[in-house]
Amino acid sequence: MSAIAPLLADPAAREDGPAPGVRRVLAQGVFETLAMLRNGEQLMLLVLFPLMALLGLAFTSFLDPWAAQYGVSRVDVAMPGVLALCALSTALSGQGIATGFDRRYGVLRFLSTTPLGRGGLILGKALAVLVIVVLQYLVMGAAGALLGWSPGVVGVLLSLPALLLGVAAFTALGLLVAGTIRAEATLAVVNTLWIVLAAVGGSLLPAHALPGAGTWLVEALPSGALGAALRAGILEHQLSLPHCAVLAVWAVLLGLAARRYFKWS
Amino acid sequence: MTVPQLGDEYENEPDAPEPALLIRDLRKDFTAGRRRDRRRGPVRAVDGISLRAEFGHVTALLGANGAGKTTTLACAQGLERPSSGLVRLLGRDPWRAGPDLRARVGIMLQDGGLPQAIRPVPLLRHVASMYRRPADVDALVQRLGIDDFDRTSIRRLSGGQRQRVALAAALVGRPRVLFLDEPSAGLDPHSRRVVFELIQEVRAAGTCIVLTTHLMDDAERLADYVYIVEGGRNVLEGRVEELLTAGQRARTLRFTTGEPGLALTDLLPEGLRASLQLRERQSGSYELTGPLDISHLDHLTSRWSRRGITPSSLELQPRNLEDLFLEISERSSR
Repeated sequence: MSAIAPLLADPAAREDGPAPGVRRVLAQGVFETLAMLRNGEQLMLLVLFPLMALLGLAFTSFLDPWAAQYGVSRVDVAMPGVLALCALSTALSGQGIATGFDRRYGVLRFLSTTPLGRGGLILGKALAVLVIVVLQYLVMGAAGALLGWSPGVVGVLLSLPALLLGVAAFTALGLLVAGTIRAEATLAVVNTLWIVLAAVGGSLLPAHALPGAGTWLVEALPSGALGAALRAGILEHQLSLPHCAVLAVWAVLLGLAARRYFKWS
Repeated sequence: MTVPQLGDEYENEPDAPEPALLIRDLRKDFTAGRRRDRRRGPVRAVDGISLRAEFGHVTALLGANGAGKTTTLACAQGLERPSSGLVRLLGRDPWRAGPDLRARVGIMLQDGGLPQAIRPVPLLRHVASMYRRPADVDALVQRLGIDDFDRTSIRRLSGGQRQRVALAAALVGRPRVLFLDEPSAGLDPHSRRVVFELIQEVRAAGTCIVLTTHLMDDAERLADYVYIVEGGRNVLEGRVEELLTAGQRARTLRFTTGEPGLALTDLLPEGLRASLQLRERQSGSYELTGPLDISHLDHLTSRWSRRGITPSSLELQPRNLEDLFLEISERSSR
């Protein structure tokens, strides 16, 4: 019976209470990051697919017209799109699917009753997305470097604001989907979105040669805006404020919608 | 943090110390999610439940599925916002609770609420990291026998094993108030014993335990105080032994004599029939319930003796919570 004594509440203990807020969010961020990295299907989505996209675009002539237009190699044109795809994979699909199943199994409900709370839970998820996108940047950057990519420090720095805004917008979209429909439906919706936005959403393939209002339409999508902003930053060393503004608007709108419609159970 | 209008209501009873959990006249309406359902208006899940739960006691909410137990708990835990009424947990409004209050409350949800892909011990360490001074995870794990199955992810555990992990997760913050929603659901006899023993020790250490159950046996074995709820309302409350002795010496007598079609008037004289009910369970086999005492037994045995009948079975039972519960359900469904 004495084995239980240290387990139980001590009414006199004043120092009982929650761990500091920052530590709670960091702990949740690490926990969610490891959960995603341990999941084989997630790894395929987060690492293998972007890598295949990079190799595919580097060894085929798909991007040659744009490479000629920018006056750079295929890999140089491919890399910003691949990075946009990474943000899409992690923030929308990976995080959305994980959150959908967490919701279905009551994990969101349970963790929100611990000192972590709802706010800490969302911040922890956002942190995990950021950590994974940074890891993806390193892995894809290394693969790209092997194929001759050299963005330079300026290019990398100028890619960060757009990447951050894109991650925010897609995280909000992932939460919105995961928090409103069933887990299986979430799986179907975010994977469909991933394929559509990757293929024709202006992320991997630049949109600025489309006929009519096509360019304008595609670059108003978060995927198109992210792809365009990353290409402007990395290839032209320009911070594309219009595209960043589009991403910021999407992030705010989707964030508000997620806040309004997200159901915890 | 002060909650003025809610606090004032409580201060009308300055003599009584505030209990760990106080719920007064709680109502909770849900607006159905689907448009088709929304036209019918909100569904009232809780319709005026009141209860108090003290430190060092197990308080049970007993009721059938859909009686409003889980919704009541969800309001007490701050997971749902009450439509009206008063809820105070450790003197605070749980809906507005911050991490300080949540750190003092442990919750085991009905579905467990555990991540599926992780193993039990890493999960418990993670939950422990949310508290400044958590319980010793190793000791907790050993105590609940979780180390026996820690090589398995939660997804692959049996219901009883998962339930033990969920209990550990609720206890890891060393709570002052512990909520258990259907704690014995899916437990095999071994897990059940382990879990019940631990619950009793946690109570002995002064923790307030609030549990829901639809099993009378759970309430009889664990609870100090029982609230029976039905249709979102309180229907009966009391200490377990009080409830069982309520309505005088209510008992059940079951006997089989092989005489079919008897009525109460055949068995007992007029002066002894008050408040008794006779039911023929099968042909020649009866159940007599009510305030039975030795004079009833005397009459029955003399009758059998006169007729040369020896009952093939004869069983006298005290009333248990199940009888009480069935009586209440029948009464309210009429």
